[in-house]
Amino acid sequence: MHIVVCIKQVPDSAQIRVHPVTNTIMRQGVPTIINPYDLFALEEALRLRDADGGEVTVLTMGPPMAEDALRKALTYGADRAVLLTDRYFAGSDTLATSFALSQAIAKIGETFGPPDIVFTGKQTIDGDTAQVGPGIAKRLELMQLTYIAKIASIDLDAHEITVERRSESGTQMLKSKLPCLITVLEGINEIRRGSLQDALRAARSEIVTWSAADAGIDDLTKCGLRGSPTVVKRVFAPTGRAEKSVQIDTADKALRDLADELIAAIFTRQPALEHELACDGA
Amino acid sequence: MVEEKFDAIVIGAGMSGNAAAFTMASGGLKVLQLERGEYPGSKNVQGAIMYADMLEKIIPDFRDDAPVERHLIEQRFWMMDNTSHAGVHYRSDDFNEAKPNRYTIIRAQFDKWFSRKVREAGATVLCETTATELTHDTKGTVIGVRTDRGGEAILADVVVLAEGVNGLLGTRAGVREMPRPETVALAVKEMHFLPEGLIEQRFGLKGNEGCVIEAAGTISRGMTGLAFLYTNKESISLGIGCLVSDFAEKMESPYGLLDAFKNHPSVKPLIAGSEVKEYAAHLIPEGGYKAIPRLYGDGWVAVGDAAQLNNAVHREGSNLAMTSGRIAGEAIVQVKSRNLPTTRRNLALYEAMLNKSFVLKDLKKHKDMPALLHTNSNNFFMTYPKLISQAAQNFMRVDGTPKIDKERATTAAFISARSRWGLVSDAVRLAFAWR
Repeated sequence: MHIVVCIKQVPDSAQIRVHPVTNTIMRQGVPTIINPYDLFALEEALRLRDADGGEVTVLTMGPPMAEDALRKALTYGADRAVLLTDRYFAGSDTLATSFALSQAIAKIGETFGPPDIVFTGKQTIDGDTAQVGPGIAKRLELMQLTYIAKIASIDLDAHEITVERRSESGTQMLKSKLPCLITVLEGINEIRRGSLQDALRAARSEIVTWSAADAGIDDLTKCGLRGSPTVVKRVFAPTGRAEKSVQIDTADKALRDLADELIAAIFTRQPALEHELACDGA
Repeated sequence: MVEEKFDAIVIGAGMSGNAAAFTMASGGLKVLQLERGEYPGSKNVQGAIMYADMLEKIIPDFRDDAPVERHLIEQRFWMMDNTSHAGVHYRSDDFNEAKPNRYTIIRAQFDKWFSRKVREAGATVLCETTATELTHDTKGTVIGVRTDRGGEAILADVVVLAEGVNGLLGTRAGVREMPRPETVALAVKEMHFLPEGLIEQRFGLKGNEGCVIEAAGTISRGMTGLAFLYTNKESISLGIGCLVSDFAEKMESPYGLLDAFKNHPSVKPLIAGSEVKEYAAHLIPEGGYKAIPRLYGDGWVAVGDAAQLNNAVHREGSNLAMTSGRIAGEAIVQVKSRNLPTTRRNLALYEAMLNKSFVLKDLKKHKDMPALLHTNSNNFFMTYPKLISQAAQNFMRVDGTPKIDKERATTAAFISARSRWGLVSDAVRLAFAWR
């Protein structure tokens, strides 16, 4: 089995700050980490490999320094790492990113064997769009399994996988053909501590580094800023609102009185609601 | 089972560990370096001043790409009481030379660079990997280490303990003791960020010139201690350290001292308007020559802070660390190149070489100083600073008192505080300890 895991190097959002005057994100000196959601995807891939054999290839697109993220992924136990880096990729939005990654995955398939599963995290903590995974699936015409909370079973002979998908109404049990793309929910597992052998191997491994041309990307108009219709018009820090919360004193009051007081407080703020409810009642 | 064997395993990626790993890897040895931090430098705390000569002996052309902050052209020593300081300043344009002698650095950046050099020299560096145990053969020779990543031990001919002042690995293996409270100082420091131009204006600097202030006196409240203020490019590092035993005895908090130092009228205007971004604390070995543990044994050597190699009197630590690391590396390369076993007997070469260097010569010179400053801490860090400040003020203030009376009053103040015998005794003991 060949599994490809897409990861992204992101600024550690716990340590990021917004400039008080210009409202721009201050990236300088902020340490980078592997997008935390991607670690759940990586661990799930490693577990499948450990159980059923095969290889895990991690893939990222980013500047040369993204190599650190890949090396870390190797330390956790991934078998191979591919860095897609080229100045043509600078400024990619989710459309351009999913294009470049899908081309690279196709190239990985040609070079190292076609993947049975492509994993991504639910979303990244810097963009928070959750669009890149589905974008890759669509372009590669892979079955698309999003928000997966559990891999229930996998049958390699029948090329089938059964997963639990979390949705708003509950949990769905889904069976899909392989190959597929899975975006993984947080909390599904906990990333392992890589063994010393893995750490040694990671420290010495060559990272496979591909330019756009190496990955077989001919149409550069679909890459980077040129291939990105999304424009960030403004970044701003949310300002606090003037309204204060209303606190109701609960001491020495009957529940019924409290409920009445609460409803009255809500209606004071939302007069339209009172009218609507009155109409419904009638 | 990790089947491969290394010539040397270096524990820690600070100054001494990097110097040792670089020297051995450059000498053709197969080197593994283990660092518990997320990246080299992430756990390392220093003022920090870096001495060029000691680094040049390891990486001669370090100035090409090493991340340094400012080269120092001015040094100020301050003797402080609560409202004043009397100082000795030395500033020289001679320090604006092609190859400056001292630099301020920020360790997180500097150590990353140093570690890159170590890797380029051919060593394998593993971060986020803590060595938990030295492994021995039946004869007690150290043959490798175990790590917190589990599994079998990794084997090596020699283990270089560059694990810093706490030295848990060496302590656990019984090759050294835990540092005692009276032989280590606890220092706290803060990084205050200020615009580059403002720093240059406040200290009268231009370009990459830098200034350092080191201060002693009532700020340590009678304890053996020292405060510092170093100019970086866009920040000021300042901190204070005192012996751990003193902190315990006086029930003072390090942060309280730092706060008082920052609010001292001589310091406050220098850091006004700054933004504090980092706060760090660190133990510093201060026991001097007499506190140095065994430096080598069968299959191991100790370097840097792990060997308590720190010159508290001259406030030098990282250069002793770099030099001891380099010398240990050179000794090991020599032993290995002669195909000799890394026994205690053969590794004695390290101590012999260290004895010839400034490292042990300097520490030997000041071997009685730590004890003297400690036992007389109240005199040296409380009484004298106050007396000197009073004397200076008495000398400066013009108020119609005849000069002869002023001088008598100053003399009387010294004698009443320390007695004639006490003054002579302090001077003689200080001179002997310095000698």
